[in-house]
Amino acid sequence: MKQLQQLRRRRFLAAAAAAPLAGCGGRKSPWRFFTTEEAETVSAFCEQIIPADQDPGATQAGVIHYIDRHLMGHFRRYQEAYRKGVAAIEQASAARHGKRFAQLAAGQQTELLNGLTGEAQQFFSLVVAHAMQGFYGDPRHGGNRDAVSWKMLGVPLIPVRGRAQYDLTKPQGSRT
Amino acid sequence: MKHVNAVVVGAGAGGGIVAKELAEAGLSVVLLERGRWLTAFDCRKDDLRNQRTSVLGNGSGPDDERHPRVIVDQNGRERLVRASEPGYNNNAACVGGGTLTYGAMAWRFMEQDFRMRSIYGCPEGSTLEDWPITYQDLEPYYEKAEYEIGVSGDVSPDPFHAPRKKPLPMPPLAPNREHEILKPAAKRLGLHPFDIPMLRNSVPYNGRPACMRCRWCVGFACEVDAKNGTQNTVIPKALASGNCELRTECVAKEIINDSRGRATGVAYFDANDRLQTQTADLVAVSCAAIESARLLLNSRSKLFPNGLGNRYDWVGRNLQGHGYSGAFGLFDHDAYDDIGPGAGIAACDYNHGNKGLRGGGMLANEFIRLPYQFVGQLPASAPRWGPAHKDFMRQWYRRSVGVKGPVQEMPVFESRVQLDPKVKDHWGVPVVRMSGYKHPHTIELGRFLAGKAEAWLKEAGATFAWKSVTGPGLSGGQHQAGTCRMGSDPKTSVVDKHCRVHDVDNVYVVDGSVHVTNGGFNPVLTIMGIGYYASEHIVKAWRGAKGRG
Repeated sequence: MKQLQQLRRRRFLAAAAAAPLAGCGGRKSPWRFFTTEEAETVSAFCEQIIPADQDPGATQAGVIHYIDRHLMGHFRRYQEAYRKGVAAIEQASAARHGKRFAQLAAGQQTELLNGLTGEAQQFFSLVVAHAMQGFYGDPRHGGNRDAVSWKMLGVPLIPVRGRAQYDLTKPQGSRT
Repeated sequence: MKHVNAVVVGAGAGGGIVAKELAEAGLSVVLLERGRWLTAFDCRKDDLRNQRTSVLGNGSGPDDERHPRVIVDQNGRERLVRASEPGYNNNAACVGGGTLTYGAMAWRFMEQDFRMRSIYGCPEGSTLEDWPITYQDLEPYYEKAEYEIGVSGDVSPDPFHAPRKKPLPMPPLAPNREHEILKPAAKRLGLHPFDIPMLRNSVPYNGRPACMRCRWCVGFACEVDAKNGTQNTVIPKALASGNCELRTECVAKEIINDSRGRATGVAYFDANDRLQTQTADLVAVSCAAIESARLLLNSRSKLFPNGLGNRYDWVGRNLQGHGYSGAFGLFDHDAYDDIGPGAGIAACDYNHGNKGLRGGGMLANEFIRLPYQFVGQLPASAPRWGPAHKDFMRQWYRRSVGVKGPVQEMPVFESRVQLDPKVKDHWGVPVVRMSGYKHPHTIELGRFLAGKAEAWLKEAGATFAWKSVTGPGLSGGQHQAGTCRMGSDPKTSVVDKHCRVHDVDNVYVVDGSVHVTNGGFNPVLTIMGIGYYASEHIVKAWRGAKGRG
């Protein structure tokens, strides 16, 4: 038992020693697919696409979680598009403003996105589609946290209304 | 494997009915289905993964991995398409086929729909033709479908409906708010609005309950089993007869035929990907228009080097669906009341008799749009993203109404299903290669119908309305039809008037493939009617011994 504890301690120490080294090559990302930086950039795209106003926007709805999750699932085929697309927009941002996209003022971000052409524009259309899915789709898929968009639209929340409130023995499913 | 009287390929609207009719007549039947027997539990009410919105995959099949297709666009560019992607023209892969998750409109075609060429003449560039059968030939079978599968509604206020002997077996569902907004406006315009006939229980029927009016209808399996498809009506009856065996997850490879050109059975891959052969006295093909054509084309032999029944290159031709067109309107009050299924009111004033046009289409209000579906239905002038888009969603989601209709298409010979020379599916079988376009007159009809829909919405009080007209690309989708045309001349059709392949006396095609034209209506009740009609012929013509060999 004691040996085991020692072993665990040794492993812990080894891991602790290795941690700063890992830091040199970039922090370990908490995301499934994105690097920390990519997630910041894509989050900024999403907030541009669905900004917070009197109702929550994409950031608060966790749209980035939807995209990140499905890039490792059904959207696997878009991995490369995201990797390259984010890099291209970061490059444009650095060239024009000398800053990362997420650090630009909101107005600068809008201007940059509106000016996209060619492949970068195509990539952004893909992000728009995914952001809309993550924001307006079912919370079970990782976005639309607390069903914020459904609350905004005034759609009754309970996904399955349940048959308890209906008398199915009467015509037209009358409410009980 | 024991020899049987009949193999039916595909357990959808057509095949389910054929299996039941043949089994109850005493024939031994094997019903093959490539999908599984899904229940509402398997098809969760998932607004991003269902048969209508498939951005995260199809809710009831087929899967993305094993069933690719090749689509060739109008510029000749080809691309490989997964089953859940736009352009695939998916129907479904499950017991019940499309009837498990459809919107369930239950239209009889009108008398004119069977005589399109005689009435209107054929426009240049189309293969518009009359059916070899009439509405009267199908009338008893429409009635059988309405009563056995179960239809609610009331068509009596519709002066255009074809003569019928009996009323529908169930009354309509109570109107929702959209229905109440649209009805008086239609009357003011001189139209004849009425309750859409639906394959949905409005009262308990056939031992199952009434619709509970939830919003998850079209695209989803019904949680309380109030939506009527073949999976909860005729297929259970077929199995209860003791003469039918249903084999799920079985993918047909080809129809095997002998040196005299008669079919001897079907080769298929079972759930474990093993190649099996089921021999039978006759084969019924009911895989929906795209896959039925593919199965015939893949069934090659010395006598049929280009595919079974394809001596004159008509198999796979004339693929059509419906060029859906209509309009959306915004109102200064709520139109949304969360009472499903949503669609409830229709008018058939524009199906025929439109000046200078051939045919037309029915107009009806839309099924409930789930929030994500509304994202893509904004006017062209609306921004696609940003604060204004969000504001548009917030302002109008509950205050918008859609009215649209299935435009009857002018069939085009070049709109077709072929086999791709290179791409194979998971089992090594050549996949579908689709190419073609809509006839210009179809687009013209779409523009006309969209204008009428817009006028209806404006009369109903829409403060802003905009049209949505079908594009020029190939049609198919869930209303796919036409690829194995029914006709009396073997040189210009694939099956005879009893759905039997011209050259092969024991192979039948029983689904939308045989439709010469597809009406200005959702086609499922016609497919079901043809299912009963063809089955009756098969049973009457049966001369052999019944039962397993």
